[in-house]
Formats: sequence, structure tokens, C-alpha cells
Amino acid sequence: MNARLSWQKLVGRSRSTSPPPRHGALVSGDPVEAGPDASHGYILYLEDLTVSFDGFKALNALTLYVGTGELLCIIGPNGAGKTTMMDVITGKTRPDHGSAWFGQTLDLLALTEPEIAQAGIGRKFQKPTVFEKHTAFENLELALAGSRSVWRNLAAELSGEQRDRIAAVLAQIGLAAQSATPARRLSHGQKQWLEIGMLLMQNPRLLLVDEPVAGMTPQEVEKTAELLLSLAGEHSVVVVEHDMEFVRRIARRVTVLHQGSVLAEGTMDEVQANPKVVEVYLGEQ
Amino acid sequence: MGSNPPSLLGAWLRNDKSGGVLLAVLAATCLLVPLLHLAVPEASPLHMSSYAVTLIGKYLCYALLALAVDLVWGFCGILSLGHAAFFALGGYAMGMYLMRQIGSRGVYGDPILPDFMVFLNWKQLPWFWHGMNMFWLAMLMVALVPGLLALVFGWLAFRSRVTGVYLSIITQAMTYALMLAFFRNDMGFGGNNGFTDFKDILGFDLHKPVVHVVLLVISAVALGGSYLLCRWIVRSRTGRVVTAIRDAESRVRFIGYRVESYKLWVFVFSAVLAGIAGALYVPQIGIINPSEFQPLNSIEVVIWVAIGGRGTLYGAIAGAVLVNYAKTWFTTALPSAWLYLLGALFVVTTLLLPQGLAGLLARRKPAAPATGASVT
Repeated sequence: MNARLSWQKLVGRSRSTSPPPRHGALVSGDPVEAGPDASHGYILYLEDLTVSFDGFKALNALTLYVGTGELLCIIGPNGAGKTTMMDVITGKTRPDHGSAWFGQTLDLLALTEPEIAQAGIGRKFQKPTVFEKHTAFENLELALAGSRSVWRNLAAELSGEQRDRIAAVLAQIGLAAQSATPARRLSHGQKQWLEIGMLLMQNPRLLLVDEPVAGMTPQEVEKTAELLLSLAGEHSVVVVEHDMEFVRRIARRVTVLHQGSVLAEGTMDEVQANPKVVEVYLGEQ
Repeated sequence: MGSNPPSLLGAWLRNDKSGGVLLAVLAATCLLVPLLHLAVPEASPLHMSSYAVTLIGKYLCYALLALAVDLVWGFCGILSLGHAAFFALGGYAMGMYLMRQIGSRGVYGDPILPDFMVFLNWKQLPWFWHGMNMFWLAMLMVALVPGLLALVFGWLAFRSRVTGVYLSIITQAMTYALMLAFFRNDMGFGGNNGFTDFKDILGFDLHKPVVHVVLLVISAVALGGSYLLCRWIVRSRTGRVVTAIRDAESRVRFIGYRVESYKLWVFVFSAVLAGIAGALYVPQIGIINPSEFQPLNSIEVVIWVAIGGRGTLYGAIAGAVLVNYAKTWFTTALPSAWLYLLGALFVVTTLLLPQGLAGLLARRKPAAPATGASVT
């Protein structure tokens, strides 16, 4: 009874503290080119999302908002719908119900995967996929927002400004000294940072980061935490992670997913004190 | 190289020792072959026979074909088992021109119709033979026909995201289908006999040694030029995107590149190179027939590239020349053993030398230049 009450309280609070002031009005011109309009303090609106796979509801009326410049951590047991949620945001999976808006004006459900990437949502997958044969510098060069045309890239030269930008990102992800190193020679952690760097090259407004510290050494975990914290503010960051210590280290707000919907929201302490959460998730450990 | 070479070519080759060696060998070929074949008297032991000249010319054309395959396979990861089809189409376009040049000197003496058409009792030239007596149009077709086929085929395949083994199989099917089609007499390409008995090219007698030497030199220049062009492509940003597609295709798509456009571009460019190789091959060998479309031919090209070292360009060229030299030697000495040997070579290369002979060379050098060679 007590647990049920606090769960309702939590859900109720999350609704009241995250008003969705979205009108869905389209701006003139190409909305994808223009990017999201986050003028109301929120960059991502997920409402009532439902995704079923052969009767199994991977997402069940999921409603979630991400603030502009926020660093949001999402935790939840296996099968809670974390990856499916990422897939819906990036256009890989289409929901059965619900809506997903990027800022005020971009309906994510109406855009293709490349359009969503172009509009400013970058996703880092669990397993690092960088271009192994290319150097760290070249990896970032390829990710650089710029021409994608075959013909133009035949004669493309990097401008001084672009070189500076690549150097700046290399410094930000801590790989300045590895600029000319082929990516296959980088450590696991360095590959993860390089991949984050590749996302940064595209100036994303929203970064989706899937289990960034899996398989990292403690030193690498610490550096990753610093990197993600430095990104928040300028970018909105959503981190999905299993490592509780890591989440505690970086999270300001934590959302717990369970069976495809939000179970609890709050600070790490609030969430960990929640009996419902303890029962379904933390109790397992 | 301490001095700074003033020429563009020098600057280009500063970081490409293997390419420098290749161009030097090609230049030496262009000098020595005319010298040894034309200037040295036949009685001298240094004289190069016309058989050897034809053989070297053939190797050069095969090397250009291997270069084309290396570009799509070694750099873009598209394992085409149908490149001999583009080679043969280029050869057929050249063959049509050479057939029209025969004119009334054919067995039946018809001023317009090639012999095989007279033999089939045809009264007039099929529409696609018109204008093929003009050299420029024939040369246009040498590039256009393979390029267009690659464009249509590649557009259908890459748009449907057909990759890996499935793509390889349908390229085999493509070349096999073309072989069957060209075997038919009513296709208008001479059926199983194909084209032969060529007389002259641009008015020059194809039976004269000097014409053969000139064709060989043109082949060497085409090979060297194509090498430089391919190297320029793979070192451009487009080339880096292409190798990235080979290594992690979905990642490239995710960054926002249209993977299909890049694959299609490389595939078409490579097909045109193969077509040019075929067009250079036909006047030197003196015959083109549907057996050039054999699926086995395309597979052999892939073996040359694998043995030489895929993804290096110069390795593909070296592989083509070495394997074909071995083939020439073995098919005279031990004809029945050749196919077994080729198969064994391929297996040994795949198991022990995944980087081919080029990888073996790179391994002997210190790490820095080795990675340069394998990366680019």
C-alpha cells in the first residue's frame, strides 16, 4: 500500500514538474535544416509511446521529457525498454502509438534515420564502432558536418577552421596525442571517447549514450564521467547505464524504466529510496 | 627523399614508394620492349619475340583489370565476381570497331557487313552496329557500355542493400547470363566465334610489330595513369569514406553519408576501367569471344588481387602479372596442374598471407611505412 502510494506520488510529480509546453507548429523552411526549437526549456518530448513486438510491449505508454542542456540518466533492468526507446528516438523503430517531438517543431516519427541524425540527435551505441583503419583525426574528419557528396569530397580539403575544430574535439575527448594513431590501436575506452567525439563533430543538440562505461577501467570510467559532465549544458545528454556507481557520479536526474514505462524519477538518492524501485531493480543486486 | 621534387608527380609520389617502383617499371617496359623487339636484330639472343610482346601486353591489360577489382573489393569491400563481364564488354566494343574496319577485305567481301552476318544471311547491319566504324564512337562505347551496366546493376543491388556473398553471387549470375546471351548467334555479336581476323586500327596494320609495340606502350601508359587516378581517389576524402564503408558500413550511413551513392560511384568507375582494359586487350590478342564472360575468369581476377595484396593497388598489379606469368609457364610445362596450383595458391594466401604479397613486403619494413601502405 505504501509502495503504491509513493509510486503514484512519483508519477504525479513527474507529470507536474515536466509540463509539456509544445504546440507542434511547423516553422517555415526546412525544419530538419533549421534544427530543433528548444525555446521552451525542453529538447525532447516522448508521450504515450507504445511499441509491441509480437504482443510483447517493449514500451508501454512511455512518457518522458528531457530538458535543454540536461544530463539525464536512465536505468532499469534488462528488457525495461531502454534500447527500444533509443531506437524510437533515432527512427530505427516506429511506435504503435504515441508521439515523439524534438524541440517544438520536429516530429521525429515523420523523419527518417539520416534526417534525425542531421537534425541534431547523435547516438552512441553500446559496442564502440569507429573506423578501425582510419586515424583518430580521420575518424573525426569523416564525422565532420559538411558535404556528403561523392564528387565534392574527391577534391575536398580541410579548411583551417575545420582543422581547429577537429583539434578542439580531440582535446575535449582526451585524444590529442593520438591524433595520427589508427583507431584499431586505441584502447577500448579511447575508442568509446573517439565515438563520442564523432558525435560531437556533428554538433548534436541531443546525445544518446548507451552504456558508455561497460568494460572500462576505473580511470577510464572517471575520465568518461568528466567528459559527459562537460558536455551537459551545451548539449542535452541522455545516458543509459547499468553501473550504479557511475550513475551516482554523474546523474542530476535519474529515470527508472520498468516494463516499458517510467517507474520513478528523481535524484539518485530519491530513486534508490523508492521501495518500488528497490523491489524491481535494485533488489536484484 | 630529401630533395623536394618540383613536379606534381614527384610531390604525389613522395609518400608512395611502391607506386614509384611501379611507374619506374612501367617506364622501363615502355623503353625496353621497343628497343629489344624492334631495334635488336632477330638473330641476337637479346631480341624479344613478338610472342613475348603480346604476352607482356596481355599482362598489362590484366593488371588494369586487377586494379579495377582492387578498387571495389580492396577499398570498398564489394567482392565483385563479375568484373570480367565489364572487361569483355569493353573488348566487344573495340572488337566491333575492328570488325567494321575490315570492310571488303573479309572472306565474303561485303563492304559493310562483317563476315558472320553474311554467313547468317543477314541483309543489313543491326542498329547497334551503326557508327561503330567511327573510332571515337567505339571508344565512347568502351567506357559507356560497361559503365551503364554497372550503373543499372549497382543501383538495383546497392539500393536494396544487397551485400556480401549475395552480391558476389549475383555478379556471377550477371556475367554468366551475358555469356549465354553472347553465345547466341542472333544477338549480333558473332555467336560462339566472336570477332577475329582483325586487319587494322585507325589505318595501322595490326600485323606490323611496331603497331603491337605502340599498343603495348599505350596499355602501360593507361595502367600507370589509372594507378595514379585510383591512388588519388583512395587518398581523397571520398576514398576515406569508401574505406570506412568497407570497415563499418552502417556507421557511415549513420554519420549521414549516402552509402549507396559512394558504392555506386566506385563500382561504375571500376567497371569503366575494366572496360578500357578489355578494349586494349582485344587488338593485341586479336580475338574476342563469349568465353571472356566465363564466371571463372572473374574469379581468377579476384585471386590475382588476393595473392598480390588487396587494398594496396600496386599489390593487385603485381599479383596479376606474377600469377599470369606463372600461368603462362605452367600451362606449357604442366598444363594439367595449373588449376590445382592456382587453387592451392589462393588457399595458402588466404590462410597465411591475408595481406598478400604486398603484406609480406610491408611486414619486412619497420612499422611506420607498413601501416601507411595498408591504410591507404
